[in-house]
Amino acid sequence: MKDGVNGVALGVFIFFFLLVTVLGFLAARWRKAENEHSLDEWGLGGRSFGTWITWFLLGGDLYTAYTFVAVPAAIYAAGASGFFAVPYTILVYPLIFTFLPRLWSVSHKHGYVTTSDFVRGRFGSKGLSLAVAVTGILATMPYIALQLVGIQAVLDVMGVGGGEDTNWFVKDLPLLIAFGVLAAYTYSSGLRAPALIAFVKDTLIYIVIAVAIIYIPIKLGGFDDIFAKAGEAFSQTNPATGKPKGALAPAEAGQWTYATLALGSALALFMYPHSITATLSSRSREVIRRNTTILPLYSLMLGLLALLGFMAIAAGVKVQNGQLAIPQLFETMFPDWFAGIAFAAIGIGALVPAAIMSIAAANLFTRNIYKDFIKPDATAQQETAVSKIVSLLVKVGALVFVLTMDKTVAINFQLLGGIWILQTFPALVGGLFTRWFHRWALLAGWAVGMVYGTMAAYGVASPTQKHFGGSAKEIPGIGEIGYIGLTAFVLNVAVTVVLTFVLKAVKAPEGADETKPEDYTADAGDPGVQVELPPATAGSAH
Amino acid sequence: MSQAPEVSRGPVVTPVRVVIGLCLIAPFVAMLWVGSYAKTDPAFIGIPFFYWYQMLWVVISTALTMIAYQLWRRDQRARASRKGGAEQ
Repeated sequence: MKDGVNGVALGVFIFFFLLVTVLGFLAARWRKAENEHSLDEWGLGGRSFGTWITWFLLGGDLYTAYTFVAVPAAIYAAGASGFFAVPYTILVYPLIFTFLPRLWSVSHKHGYVTTSDFVRGRFGSKGLSLAVAVTGILATMPYIALQLVGIQAVLDVMGVGGGEDTNWFVKDLPLLIAFGVLAAYTYSSGLRAPALIAFVKDTLIYIVIAVAIIYIPIKLGGFDDIFAKAGEAFSQTNPATGKPKGALAPAEAGQWTYATLALGSALALFMYPHSITATLSSRSREVIRRNTTILPLYSLMLGLLALLGFMAIAAGVKVQNGQLAIPQLFETMFPDWFAGIAFAAIGIGALVPAAIMSIAAANLFTRNIYKDFIKPDATAQQETAVSKIVSLLVKVGALVFVLTMDKTVAINFQLLGGIWILQTFPALVGGLFTRWFHRWALLAGWAVGMVYGTMAAYGVASPTQKHFGGSAKEIPGIGEIGYIGLTAFVLNVAVTVVLTFVLKAVKAPEGADETKPEDYTADAGDPGVQVELPPATAGSAH
Repeated sequence: MSQAPEVSRGPVVTPVRVVIGLCLIAPFVAMLWVGSYAKTDPAFIGIPFFYWYQMLWVVISTALTMIAYQLWRRDQRARASRKGGAEQ
């Protein structure tokens, strides 16, 4: 496969990369507000995005380059079990329909920028808010690193990743350039940059998928042939485990794993800081509800994309690293110029979420660590300055992570990140509906979930890895194999409920709640809810 | 906590809200019951049942969420007008 540079594909790739770079810098002037030195402007795009921009932004944010590479790669490696991403994204939307509008309303009313802001305001607990913020940052960092892995996969297949014997600097130079440019326009334009670039990214992705799902099966002799060949490949024995390599439908034993992975991942998705950042940038409560009815279009695309994993098998793509399967399939099946468009789609697909994730992590640091613990009297302007710098540091950190450590380390941490972020669910979603939970009980439940989840994941071995070999393990008391994150979550809720009863019985101090019931249903235009540019800090600018 | 419900808001559980709830819960039941669709037959244009059935559910759950959204809007409007009427 590494038979030199694919010139035409690379040319097309560079063209689109330059296009989005220009867009990224121009974005600073797009829908500009008067006060550009507030965190709401830089970090939330002025909270002004309507239904369509939010749709592109959330789509670009949630369906990342890594998703495009990893989901078909999982199918390519094991078949049916990798398809859980589809029920996962089906369940997300009815779920967020119930709680996201409430988060939007209360955040708008009180000027919350992050989920930790809300938790602190609701439970009057800086400790709990710090726990949520640190979890968010820890879970986001490896996610950014994986976006780099996605770009690397594309560069490798285009022949610019260099072989094993090239000098490390030459090998990583394209990646360094890509990230340098990304860092520069995120710094100058904030959330507006990924919002504008997301249009290009999603348009390219939809075109590529539509073509791939029609063109490739025709070339391979139809879906009958594709699945017949895939079924044959999966029925062969894997020398490492002594079992068949995979299956076209999950066996009885794998069904618990499949369902718990889908449910756990769905619960976790909107706990991620970058999902919330994109949500809070929307203009009104209606925008969010409306989006839950149009975002599933991306799930449909994800399902079609997953099928490409089978096509890679049928097309005879043979790669050691499963993540190269799809880029390699594109290069084999498409003419060079269209392969270039497909690679550009994946590459830009990495830039959009990486930008939003670094902004989200930076906002968490600024609001819930810097302002709460280091400099309580920081002005809006200082907050923005700190956020901009932290967004750079976060990206540099991710880059160092990917360049110095083995790729599996990033993947292991991403797996842990999913388990960890789910542990913030009770405080956030619980808090949106009830003040019954005690803040200390939530903190204890979170700690138990984090410790159990980390230890359980550490103990999972796979044929290639001694630790962190997967995200599923036997559920204590049930005996089936299930997603560790969900088991940890159940444990977390149990501890929280029991301790809440105890703490209420001993009358432990509850903490002040600065929100009122009507805040959770407020919409743009209501008194106290400004359509644009609410005060950066709750209550300070009146 | 025993709080007297506000007169203008009406009951919390109404038939419309039950329907909204069912629309939102249905995808969970369908998708988490993996045993109901973990098979390859019948295939559709060569795609095994397992895959096309789940993709079909993307469409079904979208339709259900849309219904829930429309019912919710109507419910909110009705409540707002009733509340407005009660306050006059």
